[in-house]
Amino acid sequence: MKLIDIATTASSNMFRSKLRTFLTVIAIFIGSFTLTLTNGLGSGISSYIDREVGNFGAADALIIQAAGDSTGLPTDEVKKYDPTRRTTSIESEGNRTVTVLTDADLAKIRRLEGIKSAEAYQSAVIDYVSGTGSDKYVASIEPYLDGANYALDAGRQPKNSTDTLEILIPSTYLKFLGFKSAAVALGRPVTLGITNGLGQQSEVDATVVGVKQKSLAGGVTLNTNPALLAKLRTIHDIGLPPAATASFQVAVARFDASISDPQLVQLKDRLTKAGYKGTTIQDQIGTFKSVINGIVLVLNGFAVIALLAAGFGIINTLLMSVQERTKEIGLMKAMGMSAGRIFLLFSGEAVMLGFWGSLLGSIAAIGAGSVINQIVLQNYLKDLVGLQLLTFSVVSVASIMGIVMVVAFLAGTLPALRAARQSPIDSLRYE
Amino acid sequence: MPDPVLSANDVHKTYGKGDSLFTALGGISVDIKSGEKVAIIGKSGSGKSTLMHLLALLDKPTSGTIKIDDEDSSQLSGKALNTLRNHKFGFVFQQFFLNGNASVLENVLLPLKIGGSGFSERKQLALEALDLVDLGDKAKNKAKDLSGGQKQRVVIARALVNKPSVIFADEPTGNLDTATGEMIERLLFDLNAKQGITLIIVTHDSDLAARCDRQIYLKDGRIIENPVKRRQIV
Repeated sequence: MKLIDIATTASSNMFRSKLRTFLTVIAIFIGSFTLTLTNGLGSGISSYIDREVGNFGAADALIIQAAGDSTGLPTDEVKKYDPTRRTTSIESEGNRTVTVLTDADLAKIRRLEGIKSAEAYQSAVIDYVSGTGSDKYVASIEPYLDGANYALDAGRQPKNSTDTLEILIPSTYLKFLGFKSAAVALGRPVTLGITNGLGQQSEVDATVVGVKQKSLAGGVTLNTNPALLAKLRTIHDIGLPPAATASFQVAVARFDASISDPQLVQLKDRLTKAGYKGTTIQDQIGTFKSVINGIVLVLNGFAVIALLAAGFGIINTLLMSVQERTKEIGLMKAMGMSAGRIFLLFSGEAVMLGFWGSLLGSIAAIGAGSVINQIVLQNYLKDLVGLQLLTFSVVSVASIMGIVMVVAFLAGTLPALRAARQSPIDSLRYE
Repeated sequence: MPDPVLSANDVHKTYGKGDSLFTALGGISVDIKSGEKVAIIGKSGSGKSTLMHLLALLDKPTSGTIKIDDEDSSQLSGKALNTLRNHKFGFVFQQFFLNGNASVLENVLLPLKIGGSGFSERKQLALEALDLVDLGDKAKNKAKDLSGGQKQRVVIARALVNKPSVIFADEPTGNLDTATGEMIERLLFDLNAKQGITLIIVTHDSDLAARCDRQIYLKDGRIIENPVKRRQIV
């Protein structure tokens, strides 16, 4: 028998017991529907997180702190004073101490293999931000790290190589600063209020170059370019002792973004040996991502259980078919059909059941997914701009269908083997 | 005389082992010549079906040889046996073994489908075979909608469709009333006469057997003389 004839015969055999086939397909349908949906949820959320990585900072940046300050949690541990380590303590958090870094540390870090550059990550505390004629609002600033790619409603990322004082504002501030829309804010000035070490307050004007979308990274941080930061730091440092201005808690080192993961681990090891702790943006988001992946894995587990149950449904259905068609199998064997072809006929039927179940299941899942996306994003999660809760790629849907068909084939092997091994004479005598 | 198309030489067939050993055939030798009408006749349990299965190469003898066209069947591979059955043999069974939900045409072309012929070729051959049994107009009907006699004619068409040299018929008239049975019998004999197809009919119906060229009487797995003739002599 030709393969095409086996395929068409197997598929028409499916319809010989319509109700039974229907019920089996339903079982497979439920399994693949769930699997497609949970997979879509996983990939939707992880692609959102990947997109958010840009909002947290540059991918080739290592945030470096002195080792030993890892958790930042308040501690009861009483440490002996070490004159070589300089610490600052944050009063409100009691006993917590943070070891600071100096230019000497930067020089040491720069010498490490794999580090392209290292700079102090210094920020400044501002008192308020205001628009033209608007009230003053509390805000915090962070330097814009070259390479970070914030999701923007309008405008562009700040430029590092310019003397213009540029700033990114979050979209939450638009209406408070008197801007009707993100586009209107572009190129317009905002005023930052800052107090120096002598307690004198002064103001700095900066130009809005971009408006950040709402994101998981938070919505009250303004990002300055180096020129603006330098200006703010100059004011901030007035009246402070030189030792205070020359130290900082965090440094940012750059590495070659194309290095492999093991190489990155080695790089971090070298940092640890030198007495520092380096974390990448991926590390910071990694925890979050692994929680999401864990949840998706559990959901996928349920779907796989449903598929397994469906597999037993296939075995059952086909065993009954083999039983019913004993004589037919005998006849076909008498007419010269080989055992291999009989096997293919029945396992082909199993694969067809898997094909239809998974096809209908994934179509239904994609349909349900787009409805869920609509409802959820318009109601519960509308603040998360750019989130697609469920995304379906051709590759993932096709591979789920492939997996279901493999499961169906495996389930079909037992009945198919039984059919293939039947002796034609016994089958023909079978009453 | 033409050479024998099938020949069995001292064929034994036993089932089981030790105490439960059962001898179905105990040393059978027969030659069946091309174009012959041969009846294998005997009561149930006489081994007539076993003999037919061995001759049709559906089963292997415990000892002895079955030759087809002077070739020892035990030397043939499984694939060669399948091809040989598919091309040379046609089967007619008492219980029809039709797929009721498939069309008459689909049922008839099954051997060609198994043999791997193309779509249009097998359709044409199946229609020709249906015409031979006078059922050309029923090609599109479902097999289950036919009467008993029509079903058996479909079975004959199916046995004919691959233009076999031998047709094995196991109780071909067993499930049919007398008139229909006679019609099926005429059909089979006609095919034998006009197309020279060798007929091997397994039956316990002595009237049907009597109309064949030759009768092989089986009792307890052995060939015996014609019990009817012996009675006449006595």
